Amino acid sequence: MSTATESPKTTADAPKNRGKAPAGERVADWADGRLGIYSLAKANMRKIFPDHWSFLLGEICLYSFVILILTGVYLTLFFVPSMAEVEYHGSFEPMQGLLMSEAYASALDINFEVRGGLLVRQIHHWAALIFVVGIFLHMFRVFFTGAFRKPREVNWLFGFLLLVLAIFTGLTGYSLPDDSLSGIGIRLMEAAILAVPVVGSYLQMFIFGGEFPGHDIIPRFFVTHVLLLPGIMLGLVVAHLILIVYHKHTHYAGPGRTNENVVGYPLLPVYMAKAGGFFFLVFGVITMIAATVTINPIWLLGPYRPDQVSTDAQPDWYLGFSEGLVRMMPGWEWVIPGGYTLNFGLLIPLAVFPAMLAVIGLYPFFESWVTKDKREHHIAQRPRNSPTRTGLGVAWLTAFGVTTIGGGNDLFAVHFNLSINAITWFCRIGFFVLPVLAFFITRRICMGLQRRDRDKVLHGRETGIIKRLPHGEFVEVHQPLPQDQLHVLTSHDQATPMEVGPETDENGVRRRINPVERVRARLSRTYYGEQAQIPKPTSEEYHEITSGHGHH
Amino acid sequence: MKKLSVRRRHPLAAFVVLLLALAATGGLYATLAPADEAQAETSAQSLAIEEGKRLYEVGCSSCHGRGAQGGSDGPSLVGVGAASVDFQVGTGRMPMAQTGPQAPEKPAVYTQAEIDQLAAYIASLGPGPNVPEESAYDPARGDAARGGELFRSNCSQCHNFVGSGGALTNGKEAPSLRDVEPRYIFEAMLTGPQNMPSFPDTTLTEQDKLDIIAWLDEVATSESPSPGGFSLGGYGPVGEGLFAWTFGIGALIAVAVWIGARSTKARKS
Repeated sequence: MSTATESPKTTADAPKNRGKAPAGERVADWADGRLGIYSLAKANMRKIFPDHWSFLLGEICLYSFVILILTGVYLTLFFVPSMAEVEYHGSFEPMQGLLMSEAYASALDINFEVRGGLLVRQIHHWAALIFVVGIFLHMFRVFFTGAFRKPREVNWLFGFLLLVLAIFTGLTGYSLPDDSLSGIGIRLMEAAILAVPVVGSYLQMFIFGGEFPGHDIIPRFFVTHVLLLPGIMLGLVVAHLILIVYHKHTHYAGPGRTNENVVGYPLLPVYMAKAGGFFFLVFGVITMIAATVTINPIWLLGPYRPDQVSTDAQPDWYLGFSEGLVRMMPGWEWVIPGGYTLNFGLLIPLAVFPAMLAVIGLYPFFESWVTKDKREHHIAQRPRNSPTRTGLGVAWLTAFGVTTIGGGNDLFAVHFNLSINAITWFCRIGFFVLPVLAFFITRRICMGLQRRDRDKVLHGRETGIIKRLPHGEFVEVHQPLPQDQLHVLTSHDQATPMEVGPETDENGVRRRINPVERVRARLSRTYYGEQAQIPKPTSEEYHEITSGHGHH
Repeated sequence: MKKLSVRRRHPLAAFVVLLLALAATGGLYATLAPADEAQAETSAQSLAIEEGKRLYEVGCSSCHGRGAQGGSDGPSLVGVGAASVDFQVGTGRMPMAQTGPQAPEKPAVYTQAEIDQLAAYIASLGPGPNVPEESAYDPARGDAARGGELFRSNCSQCHNFVGSGGALTNGKEAPSLRDVEPRYIFEAMLTGPQNMPSFPDTTLTEQDKLDIIAWLDEVATSESPSPGGFSLGGYGPVGEGLFAWTFGIGALIAVAVWIGARSTKARKS
């Protein structure tokens, strides 16, 4: 494989060649004359990508998305998005002669008549689950390393929108086969829409084109699932990638890695090979899972009939938290004099659900408002160095986890021999208490880790070797850290919290301080105050200690 | 009448009356008495009841009462029928090892012969559903497709669409129906054990029950085909989500770490 240093030689050789140019060069020349790809390629072929496995999480999402489109196109060829009733006479014995919608019948045919249909369906569904898992992990990485800070706030928003759209694309896809679970899911969605005050019933009629289930919802979801949402997502993915190229990638702190450069390998040839190979590995892993593990066995679920329902009717995992919110919420209901019913059992979950998502999208703006940080950041932070942010992230995850457990309360009850009522109460209380606990515990852990970093810088690594000095004292030998690790542990900034200024001006008159500013200063202290930052060792401290304890 | 009244004080009258009475008794006995064979069955039945009563008093009476009249620890068993005993004791649910939200399935304590005796005793206390004939629960006689429909209408709310089981309130549960013998499924539908409603023949006809058993035989046994691969227990999306979060993303992260570590490091140093 040629490397960066060798390539100029070959270009230098090129002008000597007086004969016909090689085919590749002629094609490139032809294309350049018409598309102007030379400048584009020149600028981007040497694009640098830093090396770290956590930077590949986003690629897992990208490749799952590509797999979803490829398999989705195949499934579209055979799926009939119609709610017309037909009698089943396919090859699956235990459904013979049942009345079902054409959508469900064609989904059964995809499983049992279409060549490779079952495998492709399972790849599609597994890739969908893994796609959203990947988005979550990718967002964890970006969030906890502060990679959403300026200049990347907009790209965080693009990613956030991709998450929301992925969730809704998943929801509509889950609903398409018109099996029992699909229908139960749509029914819950309909109920939630109906719970919206005043406009609920109109919205329901608008979306379903009549009373539930009607004949419109599957075709409408089909168009949404295969055209509308993936189209928008594709656009956002492209925009997301363009911004990554424009901003350049963040990298972790290290010697030679500054806020002004990116240290890594060029797109061509190194990253092209890596990324290309990674695509096939992701495809391979997902296909292997799909070939061995059943997902959504619609042939066992039966066609949807509004009078039939099953236990274990849960949405796919990424909507488990919304299911949990509904299961946790007491079934409160008010009848306003005049006969109008307010169904809080669904209305409150319907409000909390988008709120839980929205805080993800808005967080970068909140943080930059609190910290007044307007600088560009290209070095990924270590989560411990921003304990408040890390704590907030873990608190959100705790709330998400509690609601997700609430969404699967029946399975947890059965498999851990618990009472479903007890689990529901645990989740109801835990939703409010556990995130707070998680926040403080996480912050304490981060502080502990900062202290540990400080100790390691000043005293070196504990080797576990015990030495006995001539006068009988035992000491443990500490090994000083190498220079590059010292750099990693001390390169982060430590800002000072914002001050609102003195309460009175120079004449002793009480100053008017905007209460919003007071809140902001208070929040700023939680980010940069004493309880969030252990002062990192200065070089004076380092030299003093290392010179004094040289024998260590 | 006069002749009769004249001779009623005849010295032989008493003998004549006695003879007539004896003849009538004998004749009535000859016509009305049960046949010998039936007599033998009765004695076997009463023997079984006798044995069953003895077993009952040792193993069951502490909760259900000496006369099976029930008490604070167990319900009355009068009128529950032989089918109920066959189900509860045959699947090991009774006798219970300890009190709890519900009696879990466990290895049976009694032999089938003993269970039959217990069943005979309980059946003798009051009329109730009998242990079904073998043909009543033969899956081959049912229509799986129709059974699936009936199952989804009547059973899947608690037992899940393929009978993997589900939770009920306060620690109770609808047990898994996987690999449960058709006979016990039939008896459970008939008698409605524990938290299950009963489905007598007026609610689900014998054919309906056969169809449901046929559906379960098709999808909820170890021999049921699983065209998609491992079934993850048939618990729906929660299990799938857990799999995606553990094995799915775990494998991909392992691959990512491997790819991330594969670099042209040799050139760097």
